[in-house]
Amino acid sequence: MEHKEIFDHLTALFPETGLEFDEDVPCIVVPPAAIRDVSLQVRDDEMLQFDFLMCLSGVDNADGTLGVVYHLHSVPLGHKLTLKVIVPADNPHLQSVERVWRTADWHEREAYDLVGMVFDGHRDLRRILNPYDWEGHPLRKDYEVPEFYNGMKVPY
Amino acid sequence: MSETLEALQEDIAAGRLQTDELVLNMGPQHPSTHGVLRLELVLDGEAVVKVIPHLGYLHRCFEKHAEAMTYPQVIPYTDRMDYLAAMNNNHGYALAVERLMGIEVPERVEYIRIIMAELQRIASHLVAIGTFGMDIGAFTPFLYCFRDREYILDIFERTCGARLLYNYMWVGGLSHDVHDGFEKDVAEFIRKFRPTIKEVNDLLNYNKIFIERTANVGVLPPDVAISYGCSGPMLRGSGVDFDLRRDDPYSIYDRFDWEVCVGKGDAGTVGDCWDRHMVRVWEMEQSCNIIEQALESFPEGDITEAIPKRIRPPKGEIYTRVENPRGELGYYVISDGSQNPFRVKARGPSFVNLSVIDEISRGHLIADIVAILGSVDIVLGEVDR
Amino acid sequence: MESLLQSLLGDNLLTLVLYCALPLVFLLLYALLAILGEVKISAFMQDRLGPMRTGPWGIIQPLADVLKLLQKEDVTPARADKFLFNLAPYLSFMAAYAAFAVIPFSSQYVGADLNLGAFYFLAIGSLNVAAIMMAGWASHNKYSLYGAMRSVAQIVSYEVPAAMMLVIVVLFVGSLNLQDIITAQSGPFWNWMVFGGPKADVQLASGEVLGASWTNLVFLPLFLGAFLMYYITALAETNRTPFDIPEAESELVSGYHTEYSGMKFAMFFMSEYANMFLVSAVTAILFFGGWNSPFGVYLGDIWDAQWLVGLEQFGWLAFKGLFFVFVIIWLRWTLPRLRVDQLMYMCWKVLIPFSFGIALIVGFLVVVLK
Repeated sequence: MEHKEIFDHLTALFPETGLEFDEDVPCIVVPPAAIRDVSLQVRDDEMLQFDFLMCLSGVDNADGTLGVVYHLHSVPLGHKLTLKVIVPADNPHLQSVERVWRTADWHEREAYDLVGMVFDGHRDLRRILNPYDWEGHPLRKDYEVPEFYNGMKVPY
Repeated sequence: MSETLEALQEDIAAGRLQTDELVLNMGPQHPSTHGVLRLELVLDGEAVVKVIPHLGYLHRCFEKHAEAMTYPQVIPYTDRMDYLAAMNNNHGYALAVERLMGIEVPERVEYIRIIMAELQRIASHLVAIGTFGMDIGAFTPFLYCFRDREYILDIFERTCGARLLYNYMWVGGLSHDVHDGFEKDVAEFIRKFRPTIKEVNDLLNYNKIFIERTANVGVLPPDVAISYGCSGPMLRGSGVDFDLRRDDPYSIYDRFDWEVCVGKGDAGTVGDCWDRHMVRVWEMEQSCNIIEQALESFPEGDITEAIPKRIRPPKGEIYTRVENPRGELGYYVISDGSQNPFRVKARGPSFVNLSVIDEISRGHLIADIVAILGSVDIVLGEVDR
Repeated sequence: MESLLQSLLGDNLLTLVLYCALPLVFLLLYALLAILGEVKISAFMQDRLGPMRTGPWGIIQPLADVLKLLQKEDVTPARADKFLFNLAPYLSFMAAYAAFAVIPFSSQYVGADLNLGAFYFLAIGSLNVAAIMMAGWASHNKYSLYGAMRSVAQIVSYEVPAAMMLVIVVLFVGSLNLQDIITAQSGPFWNWMVFGGPKADVQLASGEVLGASWTNLVFLPLFLGAFLMYYITALAETNRTPFDIPEAESELVSGYHTEYSGMKFAMFFMSEYANMFLVSAVTAILFFGGWNSPFGVYLGDIWDAQWLVGLEQFGWLAFKGLFFVFVIIWLRWTLPRLRVDQLMYMCWKVLIPFSFGIALIVGFLVVVLK
């Protein structure tokens, strides 16, 4: 199925949640509070069967919002889907899909670590690539490289 | 002290005698974590209760670096992610930017890319097979594998001057044309290499002890594999017939006749360490087939004609994935129209494949953890990026 | 041999010390050879050259290795039990060396001609277990402890079938004296135990006569099986591949000697190599005629030079022992490693029942045929 068809299919199922369709990318923009339900739906729907989360990326949009992009693939049906969630940078909370696709566990930890959005409902939201006591989220556009880490001078 | 087993069990049940779990820190410096991975093993005797991986010892901020570089300058950084399969990393990134810019590359470039990518796949699988053997305790097959890998690296060196990190596949083309006699070298290599697969089979893969150690160990059922996003030999070892080269074709893979190798559970259960290992062995054979077919119809041409003077993709974003030796390597590239990428996210197959380790390790012995980790075949450069 | 030394130096303590030190000289030379052999054999098996820089074809590489070990800093971990930590390597080597006391190197030289030789060999061999446990416990390292626990479990278990194999030969010969066991196999190679034992009456070193005839051929399959099983247990007792689980590099870094460096590591190393030769020599003694020439005659006898006979006998034993050491090395570079539970399975459910079975049949046949 193409993105547009999937969007129509999903809006029929979630008329209240306010799904939006972005023509340029193309992708479906999902509100932060609905991403879990939508994910469960696209995974379990007979017509969609998106059982494979290829990639979950955190993005700093540099306009005061953060984005989380879900690239999905269906192994049995062979089609693809992109979902997007936009959250404000000062209150970056969204639902976790860690229990929908187990691979989201580490991907969400990475997005939390590097970009700094908080995935509500994640069972083990720790930093993953940076040290556990690191401060700040390096992939934010306004991130300043610290001069010191734990009292040690960072070379550059 | 309790005199009999029954008394002992009674004491434990009554809380008079405590048993405790032991936490064993495996890594970051350990011979078989294949780099600087740290696994925190919670053990009950020799049996594993839980595995907690700690990553990041090799984190080099690839994604942060990429934002400060122009598009072509990112390519050398991609080399350093999966440093055993640098060609495939280049390929994925070059494809992503080309699709973003809408560039069609010449026929000859496609052929060279395919041959290089498949040679790199063989080289990478040879390392995986050799080191897996070493994890199980067989040292000699490791050196046999490295001996053959050397021929591939020699071919790469003759073409682009580098043996490990090539910076070879550029956006729209290649850094160099292949050297004179390239086709002869590759054909010669394939001819010499095919018997080696049998040699490794005889020495290692069908060895009774090796099968005992790897069959029925670390069984990864297909639904779990998909849920964890496993890809490559990991997913195919679990019996899922899925290969991006066939199911989401890129470059010119659809022109060749080859098979997707799938684990069949010949030695034990489908999805055990032996299956994952054997998928790699069989894939080397298929890579040889692809290379041979590509050599037959190897076209002439100019490899630089599609390389753009100025790489400045239009505003937009793309997710491109290629089949790395370790699985699905995805690049999510966002362009804001400037000469630097706005965001590059690399979805490393090792990173995703490693996340399943806790799930498939529980209840096994310490020795099996080593086997499982070896069969997952991670490259820490890519896990930590 | 002892009388020769006594006639040269007189009957004093020096003579005794020299007499006891003879195997040590041999052992040191053998260790150098074995280190070189290990690197060179593995190199040739793996399509490479091995060390080539130190001397022609790298033949003085083992000396360089020894020098390196001597120069290394002797590290003791801060929280280790220092006394046990320091004692363990020496105890380990001592255990290996003490076993050499009963190994008959020729008909003239045996450190202590005990009539309980075989029993002593088993008993002193177990001392190594204590050393390994001490090393593992005292290191204050979880890997060491795991290695030590595995090692102890493994050695203790495999001692049972090893002892049974010894008992089979002892049953047949009727003596625990290793010199007797060798004498029983004198003559050409078809008198060796692995080919069913002597085919004609022989007079043992102790003076008794062991009655034998060609009917002993019925023992051939039994002793052949016993030899193979003894060799397997020997591999396990020396912690060599495919049973090198206690020091499994890919799992436990290097097991009980993870924390050792310098001379103390060298001691463990020496004891491993000494044990390798020990079990190989015992294999040769039990099943391959010990110091007996496979042709049944000695050049010294032909040329009427008795001193040569002793040397020849030593040469044959060394040759047979080194051959089995070579096989151990060969196996190491060919086979993967078993897992700890498979190892125990192999011992308790395969080797022990079979060894008891063979012992039962041999005992029965010995009673019937004599």
